[in-house]
Amino acid sequence: MLDVKSLKKSYGKVVAVDGVSLRAGAGETIGLLGPNGAGKTTTVSMIAGLFPPDSGEVLIDGSPLRGDTDPVKRKIGLVPQNVALYDELPAIDNLTFLGALYDLRGAPLKRAIADALDLVGLADRAKDKVGTFSGGMKRRINLAAALLHDPQILLLDEPTVGVDPQSRNAIFDNLETLKKHGKTLVYTTHYMEEAERLCDRIVIIDHGKVIANDTLHGLHRMLPVTNVLAIELDKPDGFKSDALRALPEVESAELREGKLRVGLHDLTTGAPVVLRWMADNGYTYQHLTSERPDLETVFLTLTGRSLRDS
Amino acid sequence: MIPFWALVRKDLKLFFNDRRAVIVGLVVPILLASFFGYLFGGQGTREISRMQLLAIDQDSSAISKGVIAQLAGDPHLEVKASTPEEARELVRKGKAVAAVVIPRDFGNAAGHALFGGGEKPEIGILYDPSHAIEMAMVQGILTGAVMQAVSKEMFSRPTGRDIVRESRAQIEKDSTMPEAQRKSLSDMLSSVQKWNEMQAQAPTGGAGRSESSEGGLSIPFQTHSEAITANTGEQYNSYAHAFGGMGIQFILFMGLDVGVRLLLLRQTGLWQRLRAAPLSRSVLLGSRATSAALISAFILFVLFSFARWVFGVRIQGSFVGFLGVCAAFSLMTAAFGLMIAAFGKTVEATRGYAVMATLLMVMLGGSWVPAQFFPPWLQTATKVVPTRWAMDGLDGMTWRGLGLSAAYGPIAILLLFTLVFGALAVMSFRWEAES
Repeated sequence: MLDVKSLKKSYGKVVAVDGVSLRAGAGETIGLLGPNGAGKTTTVSMIAGLFPPDSGEVLIDGSPLRGDTDPVKRKIGLVPQNVALYDELPAIDNLTFLGALYDLRGAPLKRAIADALDLVGLADRAKDKVGTFSGGMKRRINLAAALLHDPQILLLDEPTVGVDPQSRNAIFDNLETLKKHGKTLVYTTHYMEEAERLCDRIVIIDHGKVIANDTLHGLHRMLPVTNVLAIELDKPDGFKSDALRALPEVESAELREGKLRVGLHDLTTGAPVVLRWMADNGYTYQHLTSERPDLETVFLTLTGRSLRDS
Repeated sequence: MIPFWALVRKDLKLFFNDRRAVIVGLVVPILLASFFGYLFGGQGTREISRMQLLAIDQDSSAISKGVIAQLAGDPHLEVKASTPEEARELVRKGKAVAAVVIPRDFGNAAGHALFGGGEKPEIGILYDPSHAIEMAMVQGILTGAVMQAVSKEMFSRPTGRDIVRESRAQIEKDSTMPEAQRKSLSDMLSSVQKWNEMQAQAPTGGAGRSESSEGGLSIPFQTHSEAITANTGEQYNSYAHAFGGMGIQFILFMGLDVGVRLLLLRQTGLWQRLRAAPLSRSVLLGSRATSAALISAFILFVLFSFARWVFGVRIQGSFVGFLGVCAAFSLMTAAFGLMIAAFGKTVEATRGYAVMATLLMVMLGGSWVPAQFFPPWLQTATKVVPTRWAMDGLDGMTWRGLGLSAAYGPIAILLLFTLVFGALAVMSFRWEAES
């Protein structure tokens, strides 16, 4: 169990992390979502014990993380944002070295390396130098390196930056396997689709502060609309959206470039009412879709700014 | 200890993995040391090169010819006749170390100045200022040559007889000189005059005219030179110093590289990974220092092995002392590298400053030019430089053939520097990763 309580960290006058709290249990995946510079990496670094917070504490199974040599650190595996391996050395030498940092040697170390390589699908490249690997393979071996000492908690700092979709899917598969094995994952990203796919809970951080901490469903509930009907009208000219907006089931209605977007609180009750109103008023349409708002919309709603542009 | 040795092993693997860097790191110091060793005398069997000296004889007297003949007979000089214009040009171009200009009437004036207190003639010397050390030697040889040539003429040749006669007549007319002094000087010149006339009447090669009596005044001693090295009669092997010096230089550069790599490491995810592991700071820095010290020892081993087999450099002093100096210097280098990492801000700026500091230490430590060539004040001042102690220690244990007790000082000082550099590194090291 990971319990992060009110972490604060400042660099001079700049407050990087301002009272971040979160909890994660076994088999749970927490997504830290936020733009670049939001404080995600600083938060993960403090959880990993790279440096102490100015205030607040990190509890691992109820034990606080204290000092460089605290054995509690063995329960944590860190996957840094940059590929943290020696390009000049073969993969197996890198893993042997990194495993030894956790006092592993002999048969247990060999077994741990074999398991980690199997998981990421690189067992056949063990003797090749990391420098010869593709970007996606480097990311996978970077993940394997954090698993050697069988940590309960895995901290993943944007582990898919710069990889192709195929490698990204391979990494997601690896993470889902780890999740099934009961590992606690803390996953930082600024890709909404990654957080939506992997995470049980999502913590949105902006300017060092937690601005939301909920399940994906819970975050959607924070929005003024839960669904949007997108309708391509046959004859958009002269359409009066005010009358549609007056319906009690409709939260918003906006016509832009021939497409009508109608915000609803409840799709089940709202959609038939809207479609009946269209038919009653003689509006025909070519295409109709239902959209759920994504995390981008959530972030926009909570901060007033776009996630990617922040 | 598993993590500690894993870190050391990883550093060694990375070092030896870069084979091109290893070869360059060993071949370059071997080439430079071989060059410097040869330049400073090699194994002591090389013929000494003679200095080019130009002689301009504007007098053409017996004395001036005698001076030039004396100079030409010196084994350290190669004398060639020249003109003032040509000599000036050749010295300026560095084709000759110096030129000696013997002016008109030099012989006559020098003869009168020897006994009569006449005005001393002046020999002009044109010299290359980049050879100031050799100039002192030229002046010494010239003094001996002039004394021998002038006195030879005074005691045994016709020109000398005339000059002595004239000098005696002048002294007897000199009313300013006290009577007693005038009489003593006149008696002495009278004896010289008689000796000279006897030399003139004696048959050439006869019993009354020996080689020694004709020679005039000569330097009344001879020297016997002996190079004091490890063993009597053994020549100085300058390769011992050169290989020690180049070893020190390149090991310091390796230490500098350790520091810069550590700076770079702090900017990578690897540093985060190391800090995330349950490792103490002493393990992280100590392992780096240990691997750097082992690499230093390896470089010294290869260099001195090469010097041993190719140039006959031997550890003629205490072998234990030699190992002690090598180990202490290796540790000092490792601590120096850590200090660079601790104080460095950016890699680029740090590399610049550290290279400057390294070159200064190498230069002042006597790695390029032995410290005994330094002026006395600089020899004293450089005792604050650790490389000076390393160099003295290596010299002492190799060609000087000193015992273990002579290594204690250098080892102690180098370990003191290790402690100071190490403490500064640990106190100033920034442990947080840089993004």
